[in-house]
Amino acid sequence: MTEESPKPIVRVTQLGKQVTTGDSTLTILRDVSFTVNAGEAVAVVGASGSGKSTLLGLLAGLDTPTSGSVSISGEELFALDEDGRAALRARLVGFVFQSFNLLPAMTALENVMLPLELAGESGAAAAAKTLLERVGLGGRLTHYPKQLSGGEQQRVAIARAFATRPALLLADEPTGNLDAATGAAIIDLMFELNRERGTTLILVTHDLELSRRCGRALRLAAGELQL
Amino acid sequence: MRWIADAALALRLLARDWRAGELTLVAIAVVVAVASVTTVGFFADRVHQALSRQANQLLGADLVISGDRQLDSSFAAEAERRGLQVARMLRFPSMTTGNGQSVLAEVKVVTAGYPLRGELRIADAQHGVDRRATEIPKPGTVWVDERLITRLQLQVGDAIEIGQSRLPITQIITQEPDSAIGFINAGPRIMINDADIAATGLVQVGSRIRYRVLVAGAPAAITDYRGWVTLKLAPGQRVESIEDARPEIRSALERSEKFLSLAALLSVVLAAVAIALAARRFLQRHLDACAIMRCHGASQSRLVRLYLLQFIVLGAVASLAGCIAGFVAQHALALWLGSLVTVELPEPGWMPALHGFVTGLSLLLGFALPPVIALAKVPTLRVLRRDIGAPSGMGLLGYALGAVVIAGLIIWKAGDLRLGGMVFAGFSGAMLVAGLLAWGVIALVSRLGGAGVSWRFGIANLRRRPLASVLQVVALGIGVMALLTLTIIRSELLDLWQRSLPPDAPNRFIVNVQQDQIPALKKFFDGRGIAMPELHPMVRARLTGINDRQVAPADYTDDRARRLVDREFNLSWATQMQKDNRLIAGNWWSGGAGNKSARTDQFSLEDGIAKALGVGVGDKLTFDAAGSAFTAEITSLRKVDWDSFNVNFFVVSPPGLLEKYPASYVTSFYLPPGNVELLNALVKQFPNFLLIDVAQVLGQVQTMITQVSRAVQFVFLFTLLAGLVVLYAAIASTQDERLYQATIMRTLGASRAQLARANLAEFAVIGALAGLIAVAGANALGYVLAQRVINVGYEFSYVLWGFGILGTVLGVMLAGHLGTRHVLRIAPLRVLRMLS
Repeated sequence: MTEESPKPIVRVTQLGKQVTTGDSTLTILRDVSFTVNAGEAVAVVGASGSGKSTLLGLLAGLDTPTSGSVSISGEELFALDEDGRAALRARLVGFVFQSFNLLPAMTALENVMLPLELAGESGAAAAAKTLLERVGLGGRLTHYPKQLSGGEQQRVAIARAFATRPALLLADEPTGNLDAATGAAIIDLMFELNRERGTTLILVTHDLELSRRCGRALRLAAGELQL
Repeated sequence: MRWIADAALALRLLARDWRAGELTLVAIAVVVAVASVTTVGFFADRVHQALSRQANQLLGADLVISGDRQLDSSFAAEAERRGLQVARMLRFPSMTTGNGQSVLAEVKVVTAGYPLRGELRIADAQHGVDRRATEIPKPGTVWVDERLITRLQLQVGDAIEIGQSRLPITQIITQEPDSAIGFINAGPRIMINDADIAATGLVQVGSRIRYRVLVAGAPAAITDYRGWVTLKLAPGQRVESIEDARPEIRSALERSEKFLSLAALLSVVLAAVAIALAARRFLQRHLDACAIMRCHGASQSRLVRLYLLQFIVLGAVASLAGCIAGFVAQHALALWLGSLVTVELPEPGWMPALHGFVTGLSLLLGFALPPVIALAKVPTLRVLRRDIGAPSGMGLLGYALGAVVIAGLIIWKAGDLRLGGMVFAGFSGAMLVAGLLAWGVIALVSRLGGAGVSWRFGIANLRRRPLASVLQVVALGIGVMALLTLTIIRSELLDLWQRSLPPDAPNRFIVNVQQDQIPALKKFFDGRGIAMPELHPMVRARLTGINDRQVAPADYTDDRARRLVDREFNLSWATQMQKDNRLIAGNWWSGGAGNKSARTDQFSLEDGIAKALGVGVGDKLTFDAAGSAFTAEITSLRKVDWDSFNVNFFVVSPPGLLEKYPASYVTSFYLPPGNVELLNALVKQFPNFLLIDVAQVLGQVQTMITQVSRAVQFVFLFTLLAGLVVLYAAIASTQDERLYQATIMRTLGASRAQLARANLAEFAVIGALAGLIAVAGANALGYVLAQRVINVGYEFSYVLWGFGILGTVLGVMLAGHLGTRHVLRIAPLRVLRMLS
C-alpha cells in the first residue's frame, strides 16, 4: 500500500467473515485491512466478541474468510488449499495459545520436538533442549504438562512456537490464563526471543499493559478496525 | 518414500502414546482376539499333521478293500497275479476270558505279511522294551495289548479264552497300524493267526465281522488294481487308499475345528467391541494433538499416514504377542485334554500364526481406520476454539467397516457363506437382544430412584452413558454365558439324563445269541432264578432301494443317512409293538401271527431314521439280506425311547417276512451290581456271546463329552477375558468424565466412601444385568439341548441362577472397583487444574 514500508510480511485486504446461524447472519469481521512489516510487534485489542480471535485464526489460515484476502510473505493464503496452508504454516508461522495446547502424552522436550520432527529436521532433540534451556526449563525436560505449572507450560509452548524459527509468531491471549507476575515474565520472554530471532509478532490481548509494549495496536470493535 | 520417511516419526509417536497408556487396552484386546484364534488354529494344525503323517500307517497298506461280508477270493488272487503284496485280515468284537474275568475285546485275525505298511511293535513282557515285529502270531498263540493284560491281571505265558479256543499269550503289542486314529477307541486288542479262527467258532451268523484285503505295491500298479477292483465291488464293500483314509474322522475333525474356530470368534467379536471403544477414546484424546500438528503444517494425508503406520505397527506387535500367547495356550490345551489325544502330536506349522496375524491386523484396522481418518479431518481452528471437535458422520460408517471385517472373518473361518452368514446373524442377534434387554432394564432401574445418594448417583451414571453401560452388560453377559453353558449346564444335563433312567433299567446287552442256543440260555437263567429276558430276532440286511429307486451313500448329504445306506441294518420282527415305543403315524399291524389276512410285507420305521432317509408311510423299502432282496411298504412310524436301554430296532416287520433269512438274537437284562460270577459263567458256557456293559459305554461317552467340552471351555475362557477387556475399555472411555464428576462431587462435599459406593452401585447393576443375561441365555441353551438333543425334561437350575448372578455381580464389582479406584485418589485440585 505504502511504498515506504520496508518489508511487509502480512498484508490483509478487506477481510470479512460472516457466520450464518439458522436464518440470521452474524458479521464477525467487516472490511478489515492492514499491513504488518517484518520485525514489527503488533497488538490486536478489543472487547470480548470484537472478532480478535477470528482475525488471528484467519491470519494463520486456520479458518476461511467470507471475503477479502490475506497474504503472508507475498503468498496469497486463501489461494492455497488446506494442506497448502498447512505447509505454509510449517515454513513461516508459529503459535502461542491462551490454553497452551501442549500434548499431555508427551514430555516437555517431546512437545517442543514435535514441529521439528514434522518438518523432518535432524537434531530435533538437541534444538529443543537448547530452546527449553533458553526459556529456563532445562531441568524439566522429561516432565509432562500435568507436572508443570501454568507459567511453565506456557514457556514450553513458547519454546515450541520458536522451534522452527518462524518468520511470524501469532499469539492468542498468551497471558490470559496466568497471574500478573507470571504473565509479565512470559511477555518479557516473548519479546526477548522476538528480538533475538527477528520474528514478526502479532498478538491478541485485552491486556493494556501488554499492548503498550507493542510498537502499535490495532483496535477492533464489532468486527471493524478503529483507526 | 513418504511412508518410509514418516515411519521413524510414527514409531516415536507410537512409543509416546504407548508410554502414556493410550494404547494398552487396544493392544490387550488384539492380543486376546489373536490368542483365542491361534490357540484353536495351532491345536487343529497339530492334529491334522498327526493324521496325515499317519495316513498310510493307519491303513497298514497302500490299498484296503473292506466289507461286512466275506470278500470275493478273486480280489486277493488278482492282486497276487499282478505281483502285488497281499494280506488278509478280519476284525470283530468278542468276549475274552482269563483269570476268571471276561472283557469285551477287539479281535484282529491276520495272515502272514501283515502289516504291509507301517509298523507293528511288540515286547516280550509288560512294560518291556519293544521292537519291530517281523512276523505275525504263530498258530496257537495270541498277542494282546497292555490294556487287556492289565484288565485281566495276566502275564505273558498265561492263556486266554477266545470263543472255543484257549491260547497262550506270547507277546505284548505296543503299537499297531490301523488301530488308533489317536482318539478313544473300542476296547482292548487281541491279535491271532488266521489259522486259528475256525477253531474259535466265532464266525457265525450275526457276527459283527469286518473283512479286509490289504494290498501294497508300486503306485502305478496300485492305481491299475484299484481301477479293476472298483468295478467288482458289491454293495457294502469299499476301497480305501491313503488319500481317502478315514473320511469320517477327517470330516468329524473338520467339523469340530470349524466349531472351535467359530467359538473362538466370539472372543474376536467382543475384542472388536473393546477396540471400537478404545479407538473412540483414542480419537477423543488425540483431537488436540492432530490440531496442533495441523497447525505446524502437517497435511491431512500425512496425519492419516502417521496414525496408520502407528496402528499397523501396534497391530503387528500385538498380533505377534497374541500368536505367542496362542502357542503357549495350545500346549496347555493339549495337556489339559490329556488322554483324548493319544497320538504324539507334531509341532504346529506357521499357518495358524499367519491367520492370527491377519485376524489381529484386520480387526484393529477395521475399527481404528475410520476414527483415524476422522481425526485427520479435525479443523485446525480447534487450537483456538476448544469446542470444535471431530467432524461428525464418521460414526456409523466407521462401525460399518468394522462389521464388514467381522463378517468377513466369520465367513472365512466358517468356510462357507451360508454358515458364516448364519453365525454372524446369530452373534449380532444375540448381542442385539441382550443389548435391548439391558437398555430396557437400565431405563427401568433408573426410574426407581430410591435408597441413598450413592445408589442414585451410581444409577445416574448408567443412565448418562447408556451405550457404554449396555456394551459392558452385553460383553460380560456373553462371556459369562459361554462359560456357564459349558460348565454348569453340561453337568446338569448329564445328571438329568442319568436321573431319568429307571434304577432297574437293563445294564447289560447280550448280542449274538444263535437260534440253537436259546433253550440252553433259558435253562441258564432258570437255573439262577432269573426270569429269561425277552429275546429279539435280528436279521442283518442292506438298504438297496427306496420305492423304485436304487440308493447309494452318495445320494445323501446327511452323515447319518450315508452311514445307514453304507452299512447293514439290524431288522427285526415282532407281533406287538414294544411298550417303550409310541406310534406317531400309520397303524401297527393287527391280528398277530394268527390273522391270515394281515400282510407280511410291512415295515414300521423309527421316526428319526425315516427323517434321515426322507421316507414316510406309503414308501417302499427294498433290502438285501444274504444276497436276496425283499421289498415291503412302510405302514407306520414309531418314536422310540432309547433311554430305556431296552433292545429296539429302527426297522421292524410283522412275522412272516424275515424268518427265512439267517438271524441271531439279542436281549438286554438288569444285572444286580456285584454279580460277576453270572457273567463269567455266561461267557464260559456261550463263548460267542458279546456282553456289553451299558455303564461302561456310558462312562466312555461321558469322558468324551467332558473332554470335548473342556476344549470349548478353554476357548471360552478367552471370551470371558475379552468381556473383561470390554469392561475396562468402557471404564477408560468414561475416565475423564468420571474424574470431572468425582471432582465436582468432592468439591461439593461428598466423601470418598460415598463416591466409591456410587461406583460400586453402578457396577453391581452392570454385573447383575450381565449375570441375568448370562444365566437366562445359558438356561435357554440348556433347555434347547435338553428338549432337542437328549430328550429329557429340563429343570431350571436355581443354583445356576443364584451363583451365576451373584458371582457375576461380585466379579464385576471387583473389576470395576479396581478400574476406577484411582479416580478417587487424585486430589480434586489437581483434577480441576488438569481439566482447566
